[in-house]
Amino acid sequence: MLTYIIDRVMQSVVVILGVLLLVFFIVNLTGDPVRIMLPPEASQEDVERLRVQMGLDRPLPEQFVRFLAGAARGDFGESLRYRGQPALKQVIQRFPATLTLAAVTLAWSLPAALILGTIAALRHNSILDNLAMLTALLGQSLPSFWLGLILILIFAEQLNILPSSGYGGPWHVLLPAFTLGAFFTARNTRLVRSGMREVLEQEYIRTARAKGLGERIVVIRHALKNMAIPVVTIVGLDIGQLLGGAVVTETVFAWPGIGRLAIDSILNRDFPVLEADVFFIAVAFVGINLTIDILYTWLDPRVRVR
Amino acid sequence: MEVAESTGEAGPAKSLERSEWRRALLSLRKSRAAVVGLIVLGCVVGLAIFADWISPHNPNEQVLEQRLMPPAWLEGGSRQHLLGTDHLGRDILSRVIFGSRISLTVGILAVIISGLLGVGAGLMAGFYGRRLDVTIMRFVDIQLAFPFILLALAVIGVLGPGLRNVILVLGVAGWMVYARVVRAQVLSVREREFVEAARAVGASDLRIIRWHVLPNTLAPVIIVGTFAVATCIITEASLTFFGLGVEATIPTWGSMLSDGRAYMGTAWWLTTFPGLAMMLTVLSINLIGDWLREYIDPRMRQL
Repeated sequence: MLTYIIDRVMQSVVVILGVLLLVFFIVNLTGDPVRIMLPPEASQEDVERLRVQMGLDRPLPEQFVRFLAGAARGDFGESLRYRGQPALKQVIQRFPATLTLAAVTLAWSLPAALILGTIAALRHNSILDNLAMLTALLGQSLPSFWLGLILILIFAEQLNILPSSGYGGPWHVLLPAFTLGAFFTARNTRLVRSGMREVLEQEYIRTARAKGLGERIVVIRHALKNMAIPVVTIVGLDIGQLLGGAVVTETVFAWPGIGRLAIDSILNRDFPVLEADVFFIAVAFVGINLTIDILYTWLDPRVRVR
Repeated sequence: MEVAESTGEAGPAKSLERSEWRRALLSLRKSRAAVVGLIVLGCVVGLAIFADWISPHNPNEQVLEQRLMPPAWLEGGSRQHLLGTDHLGRDILSRVIFGSRISLTVGILAVIISGLLGVGAGLMAGFYGRRLDVTIMRFVDIQLAFPFILLALAVIGVLGPGLRNVILVLGVAGWMVYARVVRAQVLSVREREFVEAARAVGASDLRIIRWHVLPNTLAPVIIVGTFAVATCIITEASLTFFGLGVEATIPTWGSMLSDGRAYMGTAWWLTTFPGLAMMLTVLSINLIGDWLREYIDPRMRQL
């Protein structure tokens, strides 16, 4: 059990190192970062000065080690756009916005998926089931930035009842959370439905019914309980994607989270911030996966034996 | 299919193959959703191939006197421009038709690239195991921890935008899922009797992989690949929407959406039609993918 956890922690460290290596390569090996950072009319001396200043005249392996040492201390250098601001601080400042959006999204989309998926599984092949599946399919096929634009058009431009973008009062979070949640609700409804159908075919469900238990108790006490593991998997996947993958939605709604920061830093060629941002997202993603894996050992004794 | 391959004799295998087709057709007839998907996708493919003949106007032709004309059925619309015109007086219908070309090309080519990479990596990891397996799977984990769209954006941000770079990036960034499912299949096939038999008669690794392992891994690859085409179409449009995708000179659904964004309140048709086209295309691909999954193997619901 303990060796399993230690093993998983070691794996996670390797993954984070790998992500750092990847982002280092992307920034440093596909073109001269100094040339990219400076305007094209910069003089040769300026280029050389910045190169020495940033340690870019050193051999690449040495640069990478220095980059890693910095990353371990949370030091990715200063933002190129906002001089004097540490890159990681920018990311951390933006994190509450991302967290808020993720929480609100999860808070409506997970219960929605559980209810829709369970009903669809219980009333297999009924009109309700077909309707739920059609909604789910539509939700998965809508490009989220288009859904965002349409929602802005309807609720902000035409009806004028919700703010179209920005960050502030509780009303601001509604449209982005709905946009983001549409995809998750759609995917999770399908996962819950197929998981639930599998559980309902199990023998203990037949036993419970044979004992004469009411359908409600069979579903809530016997079936839903056994959905815990797939649901934990789903929630883990969602949180992992919500923390890093809300890039598109955050940008469409001008939501000041870390996803939008990533886009901004790419567009502004603010590479220290990009590196810090990707590092932060990777750590969050890996950390959540690690937590989920450890949760499994508690939820499902079979994993412990393995 | 598996039966047909393992008998290896020409006669019965051929008739089995034919009955396989018949089985597919029968199952297709039962799934109305898949038929709808096939018809819609067939139309989109037709539009993409014959765009030059079907499209009423040149998609890049600007007629500045006819800017922001509404669709034909509205006040001020004209039958010349069924779906209206954009802010530069370009015909929306023609641009939507030509846009299908880019979406399908990007989707299909990117999936082929990531499929080849992923299947190759998955075969090696599963077949040779041990260190190679651990290494390859760790790469999979690393790339999974790096959000797909962010990786694509970062690479494009450095390489520069353009159709070729978009296809390359989407292709290279999407290999992990294939590697995972192929590896899992290989692990279960590797120990089977027919592989042992092939090894016993002295077949080389390459021969075993090509003729005995690979065919047994293709079913999940086809399923994953189908859904991936849909994802790639959306991602390409997102990249283009952010100005980091296909060149502005090429009409695409993503660029139409990003151009039309400023006119959302006044000229809704600029963003509505390309979005609908993209949604219908993605929906039809997902419908076909759903049917394929049920048909090939209902146990793969979680893919």
